[in-house]
Amino acid sequence: MRAAAIFSRALAALPARAIEPVMRGAQNILGIKRMPWVFLFPNLAAVLFFSLLPVFINIFYSATGSDRLYPADRPYVGAANYETLFECGSYLDPSTCSRDLFWRALGNTLIFVPVQVAAMIGIALFTAICLNRDIRGRGFFRGIFFFPVMLSPVVVALTWQWILQRNGALNGLLTALGLTPVNWLVFPNSAFFWSVFVTVWAHMGFFTIILLAGLQSIPRDVYEAAKMDAANPWRVFTRITLPMLKPTLLVVFILCVIRSVQTFDELYVLTGGGPGSATILIVQYIYEIGFAIQPRNFGLAAAASLLLGAVLLVFTLIQLRLARGKSYD
Amino acid sequence: MKLTAILSSTAFGLVMTATAHAQEVTIYCDDIGFGCKTMAPVAERFNEEHPGKTVKLETVSYQTVVEALPVQLESGEGPDAAIITDLGGLSRYYVDLTPYVDAANFEKEFGQTLQWLRGTDGKSKAINGMPTSLTVNGAYVNLTLFEQAGVPVPEEGATWDEWAEAARKVAEATNTEFPMEMDRSGHRFASFAISHGAELVDEEGNPVVDDGLHAAIDKFVEWHKNGTMPLDLWGAVGGSTHRELFEDFLNANVVFYFGGSWTLSRMDTEVGDLFEWAVVDTPCGPSSCTAMPGGGALVGFKHTPNPELVGEYIDYVAQPENYKEIIAAAVEIPAATSLIEEGVDYPTASERTQVALRTFMDQIPKMAPAAYRFQGWRYQRAMMNALTTRISQVINDELTAEAALERIRQDVELAIQAAEAK
Repeated sequence: MRAAAIFSRALAALPARAIEPVMRGAQNILGIKRMPWVFLFPNLAAVLFFSLLPVFINIFYSATGSDRLYPADRPYVGAANYETLFECGSYLDPSTCSRDLFWRALGNTLIFVPVQVAAMIGIALFTAICLNRDIRGRGFFRGIFFFPVMLSPVVVALTWQWILQRNGALNGLLTALGLTPVNWLVFPNSAFFWSVFVTVWAHMGFFTIILLAGLQSIPRDVYEAAKMDAANPWRVFTRITLPMLKPTLLVVFILCVIRSVQTFDELYVLTGGGPGSATILIVQYIYEIGFAIQPRNFGLAAAASLLLGAVLLVFTLIQLRLARGKSYD
Repeated sequence: MKLTAILSSTAFGLVMTATAHAQEVTIYCDDIGFGCKTMAPVAERFNEEHPGKTVKLETVSYQTVVEALPVQLESGEGPDAAIITDLGGLSRYYVDLTPYVDAANFEKEFGQTLQWLRGTDGKSKAINGMPTSLTVNGAYVNLTLFEQAGVPVPEEGATWDEWAEAARKVAEATNTEFPMEMDRSGHRFASFAISHGAELVDEEGNPVVDDGLHAAIDKFVEWHKNGTMPLDLWGAVGGSTHRELFEDFLNANVVFYFGGSWTLSRMDTEVGDLFEWAVVDTPCGPSSCTAMPGGGALVGFKHTPNPELVGEYIDYVAQPENYKEIIAAAVEIPAATSLIEEGVDYPTASERTQVALRTFMDQIPKMAPAAYRFQGWRYQRAMMNALTTRISQVINDELTAEAALERIRQDVELAIQAAEAK
């Protein structure tokens, strides 16, 4: 028994012993101040390889033509792909642009993101506040609201397509109630509404849970003090809950914007970007150009994705600027 | 001990030698019609008759064949062979199987469709694969509704307008939801457009956007605006997304459905005797009464290390008795000339389905040259994607028909320019 313990200790110590000379050598060469880089290297290498390298590859693809995949087979075309995207009679009218769908998709995304983020955060916050109260079946409702998050986006889209289509469940219900059925996905405005609704429904649970955790971290004694001061519920919400929830709300806001810009699967299955181009978002445009249609235009898709990246970078910098220097205790 | 070691090493050597000589090829196919399921008995027989050689059928979705396979091929990866439908678009990845197959028999049986596999090289005599089956798009009609409405069914040679008129009357009389529907597919629209005089592609392989296409778009949009066709397919969906609503025909919610021969087998299983139906001759436009040909092909790819086994297997499938067996099980139209002439018995299909298949086959000689040319064009998909995307925009008042034509031309030219960049 004792021998086994000694053996196991020796085994545990082995990697440390083995690596010690290497680390000492590295410290002798680099100096103690640069040693943190050695420890950061594995993660940095992963970020470089999986995040930065693809960006550079994307830049290369955006400056080359052909539908070939291998870099060696792709001729240099300079800024031709960007020129194609920016070829417009008037930037205020997408239909005058050579790649009108790119501009329509960008325009749709710029409307979709604020609407969806506002709806998502508003509803998630309301739900979190309700679920934070001492209501009957609270655990059950928490589970119910989180459940759609676990579903595949395609399943979500197909389920809602089944509900919203001409002969779908919703129209069945309307007919049973003696009301006139509506073809929900055929009209641009209602298709856009349902696009926002379905994506909010699918992801709201995730943000609700984060906000709920934030709400639970607010000390109870602050509320008790407010109660003793006879503060009304609205005042409690605006003067206590909201300010103390700000750090959580900022995280939720950033995550929500990122997820909203990335929206693709649900809408691709639900509306395919239609009616016409009413719900086509920028990621779907990039996907279609680069992968769905033949011949594949990797160059144009790469150029469009880099432009999207540039827009996102600006938004992220603004967010960071707004968030900087603020601390909430 | 020594003896055991000698025996073991001998056995190991034999196994390794056998492994080195064993050949295996993987074939991607979906499960629709002429696919993995219907080809499996023939593949099993081939494996039994050819010890040391294995053909492995890998069932994948149609989406995988259309979207993932081209990317795999471009990176030099993927299966040794596959059943594909973008015959011209993938032509640069095909291996020439001429040395491994009975070339004369292939030319005799599959002459015209072999050309589709040769892409833009009009002079090529390469045999890149075997056309598996022909598909023909066409119209399904609910005869019971016609009978209930007391409207005579338009006869052979009836125009698109006459069919639309008759279908409207029937829908009105029988309170059916919609008179006509067409799959949201550039391929289906192409037959309508070519019937109206559209060329789509010229003899030199250049895209053509002409008055015929304009007329077809105008009429098609008008039918969506006046309720002849529902907005659910071409109106509600955007981009290049393919969408079908054949369920509407199966549920008797539409009088006339323009789809294709590949859905025939569903009629027996899902409709049976619930109502009378028929496949009718393709309606005529001012220019022709053409359907669009289509179909798949079993092709081998350049990167395969075993081209001879791929060729050997494809040649085996092309043997009349094997080919006939698969076609009969798939309930599809054969691509082999002799079988088209001789006819095929489909033991699993009802009499009505067999009549429908014959009607589809009768459309083959009537197909316009433009239809064949378009089907074999390398940039057919670019044109079909542009058609679906832009027509939906016209239906939704995002573009005028004139602007849509200009966009279609630009989309296809940009696709060609991108693909041919040097």
